[in-house]
Amino acid sequence: MDILLSLVIIGGLGLIFGGLLAYVAQRFTVEEDARVETICDLLPGANCGACGFPGCINFAENIVKGNVSVSSCIPGGKTVCDNICEVMGVDSVASESKMVAEVYCLGTRDVAPDKFEYQGVRDCKAAMAYSGGFKACSYGCLGLGTCAECCPFDALHMGANGLPVVDLERCTGCGICVKACPRGIIRIVNADRIGKYVPCNSKDKGKVVREVCEVGCIGDKACVKACPNDAIVVEDNLAVIDSSKCDDCGKCVEVCKRRIIKDVVKVHHA
Amino acid sequence: MNLMAIIFVAILANNIVLNQFLGICPYIGVSRRIETSLGMGMAVIFVMTMAAIVTWIIYNVLLVPLDLIYLRTIAFILVIAGLVQLVETILKKTNPTLFRALGIYLPLITTNCAILGVALLNVQAGHNIIQTIVYAIAAAIGFTIALIVMAGIRERLDLANISSMLRGAAVTLVTAGILSLAFMGFKGIVTL
Repeated sequence: MDILLSLVIIGGLGLIFGGLLAYVAQRFTVEEDARVETICDLLPGANCGACGFPGCINFAENIVKGNVSVSSCIPGGKTVCDNICEVMGVDSVASESKMVAEVYCLGTRDVAPDKFEYQGVRDCKAAMAYSGGFKACSYGCLGLGTCAECCPFDALHMGANGLPVVDLERCTGCGICVKACPRGIIRIVNADRIGKYVPCNSKDKGKVVREVCEVGCIGDKACVKACPNDAIVVEDNLAVIDSSKCDDCGKCVEVCKRRIIKDVVKVHHA
Repeated sequence: MNLMAIIFVAILANNIVLNQFLGICPYIGVSRRIETSLGMGMAVIFVMTMAAIVTWIIYNVLLVPLDLIYLRTIAFILVIAGLVQLVETILKKTNPTLFRALGIYLPLITTNCAILGVALLNVQAGHNIIQTIVYAIAAAIGFTIALIVMAGIRERLDLANISSMLRGAAVTLVTAGILSLAFMGFKGIVTL
């Protein structure tokens, strides 16, 4: 008798709540656009925030509402953009080619010394707050790895020499590391670029650079004169190579006294 | 037992997390940042009060007259899970703002032992409906305080130079232990 009664009570409770739930689910349905979920499934799902929204689901909601361009997902690139276009029924937008992060500093500890010993929190932003960073060069990489920690794609690692190394296969060009670096050493560049680049970020005058770093650009314009294509300009004491004009001839590499003009690192397509 | 004593005991002397060790999972899981712990705390206050009222009614209207008190645990689990689901669905439609604020925490606490624990403690202590509501709210506030204190400490621990073997979960648990010891100090101020 007891077992029957308990069965009835628990079963009845379950039935009542089940019925109530079913009724409420129907009565209080929220009209949700099915496309939101479909688009969210198409996105990389890293919730990296490169699009400017807190997560992939928010981005998907805003696409459906029409608040944001379908090509705003940087990590997804062209493939994801095309897939979203298909769901949304719009013509494919010509999205830019793959972008990757590039590190603009060569100043390892042996060639670019510190000006004092820093023993605080192992974080570049915290180190910057303490009298502008411990590195003698005020533009160089502090090497505490804040950029590597914040990379949602595990594409950035601190190399043995204390500089971040970009894993180009994994890098999606989302730009989170760019925002994280307090010294602005990382830039987002086109993955299909060719030629040379000057991996230095120092806008100091040549004399200052010589004092603090063995591998900093001194802006002496030797490369500018050597370049047959006018691809190099020196702005703020820093040589910049325009990759659209550079034809990879290598003349600048020969004349650079500091030997810092390097080949751009290419993505090795499998 | 007067209501002031219930409030004092539930918040401090018998803090649900630090002295009764219920709801440890969200206590460690959601105490990373003060903002999220505050959201979780609000959701717990909301759900705990509602669950306590409904379970008290079920217990006193259904289980006691039918002499089925031994079914209370399973009945309470059923009722709480159904109730939270119900509230979630209704909230989504009627108050999207509140749903967005509490939404992600509601499923987390559906089957939380702190909620069930408070419901059971209420009927065990023979509280009437007013005492039940007061005890549930106070216990939830106690939970929220414990959570926020922990989140505040952890936000500072993030910046501290902790030796590598203690980093992460280890130092969190040690902190929780010390915090619990501190709250033990309230015991004996009020006796029930």
